[in-house]
Amino acid sequence: MRFVDEFRDAELGRALAGQILATVEPGRHYKVMEVCGGHTHSIYKYGIDDLLPANVELVHGPGCPVCVIPMGRVDDGIALATRPGVIFTCFGDMMRVPGSEGTFLDAKARGADVRMVYSPLDALRIAKENPEREVIFFAIGFETTAPSTALTLKRAKAEGVANFSCVCNHVTIVPPLRALLESPDLRLDGFIGPGHVSTVVGARPFGFIPADYGRPVVIAGFEPLDVLQAIQMILRQIADGRCEVENQYRRVVPYEGNLRALEVMAEVFELRPHFEWRGLGFISQSALRLSDAYADLDAEQRFGVPGVRIADPKACQCGEVLKGVIKPWECKVFGTACTPEHAIGTCMVSPEGACAAYYNYGRFAREREVV
Amino acid sequence: MSAGSAPDAVTGREQRILDIIETARSKRPRFKDAQITMAHGAGGKATQTLIEGLLVPAFGSSTLASLGDAGVVTIAGAALALTTDSFVVKPIRFPGGSIGELAVNGTVNDLAVSGARPVAMSLSLVLEEGLAAQELAAEVEAIAGAARTAGIEVISGDTKVVERGRCDSMYVSTTGLGQLDPRAALSPQGLRPGDRILVSGPVGNHGTAIMLARGELGLEAEVSSDTCSLWPAVDALLGAAGADLHCMRDATRGGVASVLNELARASGVAVVVREADVPLDPAVAGAAELLGIDPMYIANEGKLVAFVAPEAAGTALAALRAVPGCEQASEIGEVKTEPPGMVLVETGFGGRRVMDQLVGDPLPRIC
Repeated sequence: MRFVDEFRDAELGRALAGQILATVEPGRHYKVMEVCGGHTHSIYKYGIDDLLPANVELVHGPGCPVCVIPMGRVDDGIALATRPGVIFTCFGDMMRVPGSEGTFLDAKARGADVRMVYSPLDALRIAKENPEREVIFFAIGFETTAPSTALTLKRAKAEGVANFSCVCNHVTIVPPLRALLESPDLRLDGFIGPGHVSTVVGARPFGFIPADYGRPVVIAGFEPLDVLQAIQMILRQIADGRCEVENQYRRVVPYEGNLRALEVMAEVFELRPHFEWRGLGFISQSALRLSDAYADLDAEQRFGVPGVRIADPKACQCGEVLKGVIKPWECKVFGTACTPEHAIGTCMVSPEGACAAYYNYGRFAREREVV
Repeated sequence: MSAGSAPDAVTGREQRILDIIETARSKRPRFKDAQITMAHGAGGKATQTLIEGLLVPAFGSSTLASLGDAGVVTIAGAALALTTDSFVVKPIRFPGGSIGELAVNGTVNDLAVSGARPVAMSLSLVLEEGLAAQELAAEVEAIAGAARTAGIEVISGDTKVVERGRCDSMYVSTTGLGQLDPRAALSPQGLRPGDRILVSGPVGNHGTAIMLARGELGLEAEVSSDTCSLWPAVDALLGAAGADLHCMRDATRGGVASVLNELARASGVAVVVREADVPLDPAVAGAAELLGIDPMYIANEGKLVAFVAPEAAGTALAALRAVPGCEQASEIGEVKTEPPGMVLVETGFGGRRVMDQLVGDPLPRIC
């Protein structure tokens, strides 16, 4: 991976960290949300928050598509997976997300034929290799992964693969951001915009954040220098009194997005009236389902899923944690009913979620001393 | 409630929560799961719960409870190390080796890192109905060859055949017997602040080779398993450092990260790893990057991690590098005092993070 090393140069990182320190007002506290789970991963992997001044705090956003799938959807998936003759396929990190009766891994241990795939096309291949079995793909992800699901469905339809179908859990990034921004107790000063999603949707959809809510957005790539530079650009906007969408990831993200991907998505999907997000509740027009032309390939319609809604436990305060209103340890169930081994909310499900990270590393983060 | 409105009270409450977590973590794990899942076999937290919560308490052996790679028993003044292992790899042949070589080397290595010279082993084969005789003969030859190379004698064995579908081609179980080397003074509790951490070569090759050999990824890369006997490396380290060699582990299931976490906990010390100093083959680094898996959690079958007192570290590293196959051995970090039980990584980018125990299998990330 030599071609990305230039974006991981520690020397340049230190220089950017110096610029950030020079940009912040001492005594003022800054909260910046990274929207995308991919950014959270980079921040964690490279220890980026370690390079920031103490008064710049990163808040992990709702952009982990695996962690926002509510318990009821997992239960529906498990109900499908345990039907006789079904081969159920999903991405690896989806397999550990708990429903009310355990995870897909648990269902597999109980005898369901659950297989991990790396792309929806792998699921389609399995369907072609097993014509006597029903093969279901549990599709998840933001606009980043939705085009590949759409293309797979198009191909399945064109080739007439009758034993393939899809549970569509694709979600869209703008509605949950708007929901967060609508909150009167929001305490965020700016947003690191999602790089991968933006390669599909472009920069334009994020214009409402500065326009309607007065917060700067910088769309960023995923290398550590990208993330540091985006933070510096957000803080610069605040210092200059500017508020706009900037594109740090110009080498990949065109302003208009990927029109072909948007076209195929528009053909295969349509907006759901509303969709439930783990920890955030129902958000209207925040997810996709298959369009009428693709109804034959919709596993929810083909098999009829229970569609039971499992309410998030009342005490779970993921929404407040995501908005930066409370710290993980201020949540009523943190560390008692909700732990990494038995996660309730989205922030604890992913090992990089705010609560899981605090549970595992909080002691170190407080002390920050290695002797 | 709002952070910062009453700083003292908030700090007190946060401290209480941290204390609750600490108490929960330091408790002996209890095995409460309703059924066995693949996570129990992955070498992370679930495996630890199974071993420390169910198995260790059942047998009441203090030797077992010390959770070494081999148990030591003294018979008529002779200190002997005993280890046992099962091998269930799929596919049974992969670039760089096969299940037969794994079985011998895995057994030899558990003895070697316990400071014991491998002497003899048993071999138990569980064969699936329909297995081609040619495949079996190839594995038997692989076992014989690996045993010759490692200098261990197969002195007893057993065979069973199960119906088609009841096992995957073949499973191999072994028991290894070794003679404790008088130069060895090793213990999982032996890590001391200041100790240097050595690794005997590039990490993550075996697990990556297996993942690629399954052909599910559609990736093509030249990665071979690193399966080999570690006794020559151990012999060199014992010769160079003697009692200054405080502990060794072979970094199999769960990778180097799991070994470091187990030992940091067992010794009550902090372990700091310099990520940039960890040797890594470019093909392994590339595959791991694509899959979103940290190579430090990927299995090895011929790599050891050693903890050496600082004054002996240079000599030990030089001796290790002189062993064929260990040319890329490196010093990757240091043992510290605080925070005890934790493994920290200084990233190549200049930040720091915690390298935690694995919760389940390392699963490829999508986001």
